[in-house]
Amino acid sequence: MKNSIEVTNLCRNFGSFEALKNVSLVARPNETLAIFGHNGAGKTTLLKILSTVMKATSGNVLYGGLDMQKDPEKILSNIGVISHRSFLYSSLTALDNLTFYARLYSVPDRNVRIKHLLTAMGLRTRMYDKVGTFSRGMQQRLSIARALLHDPGIILMDEPESGLDNKASETLWQLLNEKKRTIILTHHNLERGYAVANRFIILARGSVFFAPDNKCPLAELEAAYSASLEVA
Amino acid sequence: MLQGGFMKRKILFALSSVLILLSFYMVLVYVPTEKNMGIVQRIFYYHVPLAWVAFLAFFVVFICSIMYLVKRNQKWDYIAHASAEIGLVFISLMLVTGSIWAKPAWGVWWIWEPRLTTSLILWFIYVAYFIVRGYISGEERKARFGAVVGIIGFLNVPLVFLSVTLWRTQHPPLTIFSGGLEPSMLLTLLVCLFAFNFLYFYLLAEGAMMKEDEYNINLLKDKFARRNN
Amino acid sequence: MKDLSDAFIIASKDILTEIRNREVLSSVVVFAVLVIIIFNFAFGSSERAAGLVAPGILWATFAFAGILAFNRSFVMEKEEDCIEGLMTAPISREAIYLGKFFGNTFFILLVQLIVIPVFSLLFNINFFNLELLAITILATLGFSSTGTLFAAMAVNTRARELVLPILFFPIVSPVIIGAVNASALVLEGQSFAAINQWIGILVAFDAIFIVASYLIFSFIIEE
Repeated sequence: MKNSIEVTNLCRNFGSFEALKNVSLVARPNETLAIFGHNGAGKTTLLKILSTVMKATSGNVLYGGLDMQKDPEKILSNIGVISHRSFLYSSLTALDNLTFYARLYSVPDRNVRIKHLLTAMGLRTRMYDKVGTFSRGMQQRLSIARALLHDPGIILMDEPESGLDNKASETLWQLLNEKKRTIILTHHNLERGYAVANRFIILARGSVFFAPDNKCPLAELEAAYSASLEVA
Repeated sequence: MLQGGFMKRKILFALSSVLILLSFYMVLVYVPTEKNMGIVQRIFYYHVPLAWVAFLAFFVVFICSIMYLVKRNQKWDYIAHASAEIGLVFISLMLVTGSIWAKPAWGVWWIWEPRLTTSLILWFIYVAYFIVRGYISGEERKARFGAVVGIIGFLNVPLVFLSVTLWRTQHPPLTIFSGGLEPSMLLTLLVCLFAFNFLYFYLLAEGAMMKEDEYNINLLKDKFARRNN
Repeated sequence: MKDLSDAFIIASKDILTEIRNREVLSSVVVFAVLVIIIFNFAFGSSERAAGLVAPGILWATFAFAGILAFNRSFVMEKEEDCIEGLMTAPISREAIYLGKFFGNTFFILLVQLIVIPVFSLLFNINFFNLELLAITILATLGFSSTGTLFAAMAVNTRARELVLPILFFPIVSPVIIGAVNASALVLEGQSFAAINQWIGILVAFDAIFIVASYLIFSFIIEE
């Protein structure tokens, strides 16, 4: 069975700075992979390359065997991206924003889908309000709704729980788990990341530091993480 | 990468030095004074090669910009960046010598004729190249955005020339020379042209190498800083 | 084709933003009219003089006003990293360029729709005929194609208010020269044949720079 995502020898340089050095990893179908690492380890850079916002200097990424360079639009139609910036237009209403993205992603029956997600995220009553009037937590919830509009099979998340209270976090994972998805996320909180993921990777200084094949005990993960901080 | 070719650069240096010294002799001593404009006309022998190199340099920026965007190899950016620096100097000198020549020749410091106006616009495009690079962080982005300015700017130059030419046909055209160039004048001009061409290529080779050195020094600085964190 | 429909979705989003906000129209139109008035103080001392400088004033004004509009169109994409939202959607980078280009062109034309009648009034010049319409559309396409590309660049620099004009004005000089001269000839009562060559320059500019910007845009927005 093909891997959902296969990263091979990914390198990314910014002029003289090597942000990613020969990173290779695999995300198996329907598994949740958590990426940890110190500040500047390359987590965000890696996610940006996976979401095609950034180009790699060398190496390649395959999605279900497909090369991003060859058929980006087909691959992107199955990917949802959640970042700590919301990708939302503050002058537009919540409904405007979701309608816009639903059209870009050719979501079928979009009005139904939009209403469903708004209700699930507790934003139905604020549907006609401009996003600029939303609190940070509400914007993040709306951003999650945006990412799930097209029901993607792959989700890329950069610090998804920042700005969310417990209830919102619960709803996030409820919605994510509604369907079988492959999820790659970064998390600053080791315990929380451990709880939601099936496998982990620790990055340090742009390289893969620790990548066990299966879900190891939390203590082992914590030890490895402390060790990675020494390298930083 | 560009470190090789030490001999070639020495040869270029020697050639350009000899030719420039020769050009001094030819422009100041050998060539006869032009009958209409007098001594100041001798600036022409430098003004024209300066213009030629300024435009040649930008053509090189254009080609290297395309190559950089296609191949993403930093060496193309070294050459483009160096060429832009040299080109900016040469085009500034060209505009200044043009002005110095224009005042005694036509009575005005500046005239909106096609070649001068196009050169003025090119000067601004050169400046834009450096301003864009200056206000961006990250060497890779500097190279990328610089390349875009180089390409768009170069495509613009013929259009500027065309539009100004059309604009100025509504005014009497300029005569630079009544009659052709005497053989001695032509020879002098050619010597100066060759001299400046070789000078350009020499400066380009040295300049591109310096850019590469800068890049490598930054690489080392970065590694050193992180080791001592 | 798909790129065009995606571009229209993006352009509609920009138009909807303007409907919700009413920022561009109000501020850019007011700015344009103010600039025209200032130019009139500067140059329009006699009625004859006013007639001579009118086309120049008009097109200089639209160049300055255009910069405001182009800048804003990408500032909105920079906030909350919305440009990444566009890049991770299943649309091509070229469609993003086209969408912003269509939106910007539409806005400039809308501004012109309001400003030109005001201009006609203030200068006592009749600006309503077919040749001038053609010149206006061609010149606006020229402004918008390069303005969109350069605004995308400028918004990624540390000094966007400086970088955009420095890039924009030298590059669109053929458009300004073309539009001003063609407009002047039309106002003199010359026929279409007389302004043929100027139209040719505007068309050449538009063709070259729309294509070039379309192809180069993706190199600007990638990170």
